[in-house]
Amino acid sequence: MSCDCSNTPSNQPPSPSERRGVMLKLGIGLMGIGGAIASIPLIGYAITPALKKYKNSWIDLGGTADFPEGETRLGKFTNPNASPTDGASAEQAVWVRSYKPAQFQVFAVNCAHLGCPVKWFQQSKLFMCPCHGGVYYEDGSHASGPPPRGLFEYKWKIENGRLLIDAGRLPGLEQTV
Amino acid sequence: MFRNIKMVGTKMIGGLLGWTESRSGAIGFVQPILMHRVPRDAKWWYVFGSASLMFFSIQVVTGILLATMYAPSAAEAYSSLQYIDQQVPFGWMLRALHAWSSNAMILMVVIHMSQVFLHASFKFPRELMWMVGVLLLFCTLALAFTGQIMRWDQDAYWGLGIGAAIVDRVPMLGNQMRNVMLGGPYIGGATLSRFFALHVFVLPGLTIALIGAHMALILKNGISEMPKPGMVVDPKTYVVEYEERIKKNGVPFMPDAAQHDMVFCGLMLIIVGVLAAYLGPVGPNGIPNPTIIDANPRPDYAFLWIFTAMALMPPQIETAVLLIAPPIVVMLLLGLPLISNRGERAPSRRPGAVLAYVLIATALGTLTWLGVVSAWSPVMDAWTSLPTPVKYLVGRTPLEMQGALVMQHSQCRNCHSLGGEGGLRGPNLDNVGSRKSWDQLVRQVQQGGGNMPAYGKNLSSAETTAVVAFMTTLRNAGAPESTIPGAMERQSSPDQAPTSVASEAGK
Ligand code: FES
Repeated sequence: MSCDCSNTPSNQPPSPSERRGVMLKLGIGLMGIGGAIASIPLIGYAITPALKKYKNSWIDLGGTADFPEGETRLGKFTNPNASPTDGASAEQAVWVRSYKPAQFQVFAVNCAHLGCPVKWFQQSKLFMCPCHGGVYYEDGSHASGPPPRGLFEYKWKIENGRLLIDAGRLPGLEQTV
Repeated sequence: MFRNIKMVGTKMIGGLLGWTESRSGAIGFVQPILMHRVPRDAKWWYVFGSASLMFFSIQVVTGILLATMYAPSAAEAYSSLQYIDQQVPFGWMLRALHAWSSNAMILMVVIHMSQVFLHASFKFPRELMWMVGVLLLFCTLALAFTGQIMRWDQDAYWGLGIGAAIVDRVPMLGNQMRNVMLGGPYIGGATLSRFFALHVFVLPGLTIALIGAHMALILKNGISEMPKPGMVVDPKTYVVEYEERIKKNGVPFMPDAAQHDMVFCGLMLIIVGVLAAYLGPVGPNGIPNPTIIDANPRPDYAFLWIFTAMALMPPQIETAVLLIAPPIVVMLLLGLPLISNRGERAPSRRPGAVLAYVLIATALGTLTWLGVVSAWSPVMDAWTSLPTPVKYLVGRTPLEMQGALVMQHSQCRNCHSLGGEGGLRGPNLDNVGSRKSWDQLVRQVQQGGGNMPAYGKNLSSAETTAVVAFMTTLRNAGAPESTIPGAMERQSSPDQAPTSVASEAGK
C-alpha cells in the first residue's frame, strides 16, 4: 500500500527535505490545521443545544373559566420549542390551582426530586409522586418524601380572560422553570 | 471416473484455499488465535467472557434487523414498535430476543467480572485487560440504558426526565449539559435521535473496538491460571514462569478450552431463546405523552438499584452523592489493578477482597430487590381499585362505617395496606387499633409526622373522628384497644374526643 522505505532502491537517495523530516513536520502541521478547521463545525453541531439561547415565552393554557375556583386541574400546552418529529412528547402538562377568584398557582407536573409526574388527589388534597414517594400539599409545599423543596411554580398572568404561563424548559432543581 | 472427479474437486478446493491464503493470509492470521495455549485448568470458570461475547453478537444481529423496521422518530417510534410486534412475522420474537439477550449479556458481564475479581486475574501483567473490561462494562450498561430509551414509552420518557434532572444539578454547567443531553430544553424528537445515534452507532462501534483490544490483550498476556494459595504474582518473574508453565502444561484453546465455552454458550442460547419466546418482548409501556400523568415509570432491572438509592438516600446528601460518587466509582474500578497488582491471587488469601465483594454484591442485590418491591412508592390507584375488606366492616357502627369510607376516599390506602392490599410506604393498618390509642391516632392524622403528610387541613373534624373511630376497631383477634398510660379515658361520646385532643395538640 504505502512505501516500505527499507525497500527504497539505494540508488535513489532521499531528498534533502525528506532527510530532515521537513516533509513529515509539514504533513503533521497541515493535518493539524485542517483537522482543527474541520472540527469546529463538528463540535459546534454536537453541542448546539448548549450554545443556543432558549427563551421562555408566554403560553396560553386556556380561558380562566377552565380553571374554576377551589379546584386543581391539569393544564396542557405544546412546548414552545416543539419540532415536527416530537409527536406526543411535545405535549406538556401543568397543575393549575385556583385558590381565590382570579388567583392561581401553576405547578410543574415534574417532581422537584427527579422529575417524575406528580398526580393530584382532590380528596386528600395532596400531590403524590409515583417514583420515590414524594408528597406535596395543595399549595405545592413539600409534605414528605425525598424532594428537597416544594413543586416548581410557573409565573402566570391573565390576558383577555386567558391564563398565560411563562414557560420554555423542562423544570429542574438548579434552573427551575 | 468417480475417483477422478473427487481428485479434481479436492485439487480445486485446495487450490482455491491456497490462492485465498496466499492473497489474504487469513489462515495464518486466525490459526495462532485459535491455537494459542491456555492453562489446562481453564474450564468452566472461564466460559462467561465467551458468553458475553456471544450475547453481544446476538444483539448486533437482532439490532440490525430491528433497525430495518424501527422508526427512530419520536412521532412514530411507539407505533413502529407495535407494528413490529403485531404485524411483522417473527417481529415480536426479535424484540424479545433483543431485550432478554441484553439482560443476559449484562448478567454474563457481571459474572465474568466477579470471577476475574475473586481470582485476582487483574493482577500483573493483565492490568490493561481489566481496565478495558471495565470500559466494556460501562459500554454494556450504556447500551442497556440507551436501548431502554429506544422503546420510547413512558418508562423511556420519564427515565430521560430523571437523567435530565440529575444532570441539571451540576453546578454552573447543568443547564447546558442537560440541553446537550436532550437536544434542547425539552424531551422530544431530538432526544430520541441522539440516543438512537448513540445506541446504534457510537456505543456498538466503541464496544467492538474495545472487544478487539480485550482479545488482543488475551493473546498478548495469556489467560490467567486458576489461583492457588501460595502462588504469588511477582512482576519480576511472573512472565517467564507463566510462559514456562503454559508451554509445559498448557493446551491449545481449540478445542480444549473452546469446547467448554461452546457447551455453555449453546445452553445459554437455548435458555434465553426459550425465555424470550415465553416472556415476549419488553414494553413499550404506554405512549410517551407527558400529559398522561398516570405514568408509573420504572427502570429496567440493571438500573433498579439506582432507583432505590434515589428513594432511600437522605435528601441533604443526594446532590453531592449524585455528582461525586460516579467519578469515584469509575476511578476505583479502573484503578483497581494499579492499587493491587502483585501478591496472592487465591480468594482464601485475600479475605478483604472477598469481604468487599460480598458486601458490594449484597448491597446491589438488596437495592435491586427493594427496587422491585418499591415500598416507598404510593400505589396510586389503591383507593379506587382495592375495596375495604368485608371482615373489617361487619358489626361496625354507622360512624365507624363512615370512617372506612373516609379512609378509602382520602387515599389512605395508597400508602397504607389493609388486609394485605395497598401501599407499603406507611405501616399497615390491620392492627393499628391496638398499636395506637384514640388520641395518638388523631394526632397522627392531623399533624402527620414520620413521613406522613398532615391531614389536619384536608379533613373536617367530623371526618377525622370517623376515620379514627374506624381505626380503633382495626385490631387482631383478641388484641385490646391501645391506650396511653395515664391519658384521659376516651369519652364515650366520640365527637368530643377529637376536640379535646385537637386543642391539646394545638398547644
Ligand atoms: S421523582 Fe418524585 S419522589 Fe423522586
